[in-house]
Amino acid sequence: MSLPPETLPNTSPPAREMNMVEALREALREEMRRDERVILLGEDIGIEGGFGGAFTVTLGLSEEFGHRRVIDTPISEAAIAGLTAGAALGGLRPVADVQYGDFLFLAMDQLANNAAKLRYMSGGKLAVPMVFRAPVGATTRGAQHGGSLEAFFMHLPGLKVACPSNPYDGKGLLKTAIRDDNPVMFFEHKLLYGSKGARKEKSGLQVTAMIPEQEYLIPFGQAKVLRPGNDVTVVANLLMVHKSLEAANTLESSGISVEVIDPRTLVPFDWETVFRSVRKTGRLVIVEEDNLTGGWGAEVAARAAESCIGYLDGPIRRVAAPDTPVPFAPVMENFYVPSAERIVTAVRDVTA
Amino acid sequence: MSEIVLDAERRVEMYRRMVLSRRFEERVYYLFLEGRLPGTIHQSQGQEATAVGVCSALEAADMITSTHRPHAHAVARGVPVESLMAELFAKTSGCCRGKGGSMHVGDAGVGMLPAIAIVAGGIPLAAGYALAFQYLRRPNIVACFFGDGATNNGAFHEAVNMAAIWDLPVVFVCENNRYAASTAVDKVMRVKHVSERAAAYGMSGETVDGNDVEAVYRSMKRAGTRARQGAGPTLLELETYRQAGHSRSDPGHYRTPAEVAAWKARDPITSFEARLSAEGILSPERIAAIVAEIEGELDRAVKAAEEAQGPRPEDCLTDVFAP
Repeated sequence: MSLPPETLPNTSPPAREMNMVEALREALREEMRRDERVILLGEDIGIEGGFGGAFTVTLGLSEEFGHRRVIDTPISEAAIAGLTAGAALGGLRPVADVQYGDFLFLAMDQLANNAAKLRYMSGGKLAVPMVFRAPVGATTRGAQHGGSLEAFFMHLPGLKVACPSNPYDGKGLLKTAIRDDNPVMFFEHKLLYGSKGARKEKSGLQVTAMIPEQEYLIPFGQAKVLRPGNDVTVVANLLMVHKSLEAANTLESSGISVEVIDPRTLVPFDWETVFRSVRKTGRLVIVEEDNLTGGWGAEVAARAAESCIGYLDGPIRRVAAPDTPVPFAPVMENFYVPSAERIVTAVRDVTA
Repeated sequence: MSEIVLDAERRVEMYRRMVLSRRFEERVYYLFLEGRLPGTIHQSQGQEATAVGVCSALEAADMITSTHRPHAHAVARGVPVESLMAELFAKTSGCCRGKGGSMHVGDAGVGMLPAIAIVAGGIPLAAGYALAFQYLRRPNIVACFFGDGATNNGAFHEAVNMAAIWDLPVVFVCENNRYAASTAVDKVMRVKHVSERAAAYGMSGETVDGNDVEAVYRSMKRAGTRARQGAGPTLLELETYRQAGHSRSDPGHYRTPAEVAAWKARDPITSFEARLSAEGILSPERIAAIVAEIEGELDRAVKAAEEAQGPRPEDCLTDVFAP
């Protein structure tokens, strides 16, 4: 499946066309040039002759900034997370990553009990300015390399959660994350990297964006209405934004006008933009790649019901993965990951 | 390395801190029995020499990390007793403004991060703080306290290895008090000494009499100097004994009375007091004066804490995120 290159309105020249990997790398490079306290930690991120992290985002950064600032770690996710939090307490602004989001479970105690809680436990005296990047999404790697973990972290007070769907947002949100004084979980979808060469995903989308030469940041907590519409509100993140846009195109030909909203950050969440849209359309479909039960979509559905019930003309519908681990067989994975067709069906259901 | 010498006044100050820690814990114990403090407590009676020996070897801008049993560390590091007591009383004047409690006391302003009450959870944090010291080219070190039980946790092994490969300025201080809660250390560890585990990471390890405050001080000073000079971390195993139960509700039936008595006969405060007295540094009058001053300080701390303003219920909603 592929979509045409995304065209975004923010293309005041001069600008360069970039994919997600290039945009994220540029964000890291700019912030490292700007602030000596920004360092990178992760596995295989700066090895000469290596690959710049699992998905090439950090390629070339150790050459520019040296191994003092681009630090290759042992395969020790708990220590990576804990040292990152400790270094943040000690005055740095570390950006760490795991090769696959599923590995975050190895780091969970440090993220959940230390990074998220230390400000609170200290009575507001401490801050933990760190970013933890994690690739998510099913890509025929099976059950332990394909999870979507945003909801776990949305549930933990003290962590912010970002999930860009395109290179423009990726760059602007990552720069904001690095300057934020709180721990930020930064989720990237493997099929949106658009990497060239050895790390290119076979089923990846070629999503590019025009990235202005001029510096920009994207504030947290501001959803983006990617496509205005009047009949149904669709809220989706990461890869599901693109499947929702594809579904919206299909539905347009049958006369159903879909408004597609990308929250861009789950914590903080821009409830007002979603509620305003739901009050206008009267219908809400939420699309996520995570398992249905307890996903972030459940929270959106509950909040929308609490705040917009009088405006709803039909049931809120969630399109999500079934409650199973991520399967390997491509035919099963295609069934597991929400498709544009499933989104079309859900929208038709709520508008019928 | 030249011999590490402690002058008489430093030794008396170390003695005073140990007594303050013991009396603080005894006071807290009775306050709990009387039902005047909420929550639970993990007490440090018997472990004063490890806390004071280590912290006396630190500089003002150094940092310590602590555990679910943090009171002695906090007293030794110099967290004001009033703010410690107020925290146990869950008051806004507490060192964590009532949001930490007994298991999270600390004050980064005086060199102690809020205690981490997940066993081994503070070890990666300590190494990370040391990474910041190293990166910022500060002359400081982190002293990372944990118990024997923590050395069976993966976080210990991951973080100690990372600190070793990067020569981070941190000293790993294992207070081996023989028991992980009720589980004897020799039931859960094949090697005889925790310090042997240092070899696995290519770093120095040393087992020290953790009830001899001066031996602890000297070892910590040596390890700290190596860390400051960029020669990397050390694993110090301080052999000691928790005279109290694991927590408030633990009568300690898993230990024999003979074992407890044997360790109490090696009480770190009594033995240091005897040594300083024999050397003519402490007199009965000076000891009495020190104790009286400490009791007065504790009286004032308890009174201030009891009279202090408590947090408003809705204060629970603040301090989740930095602005």
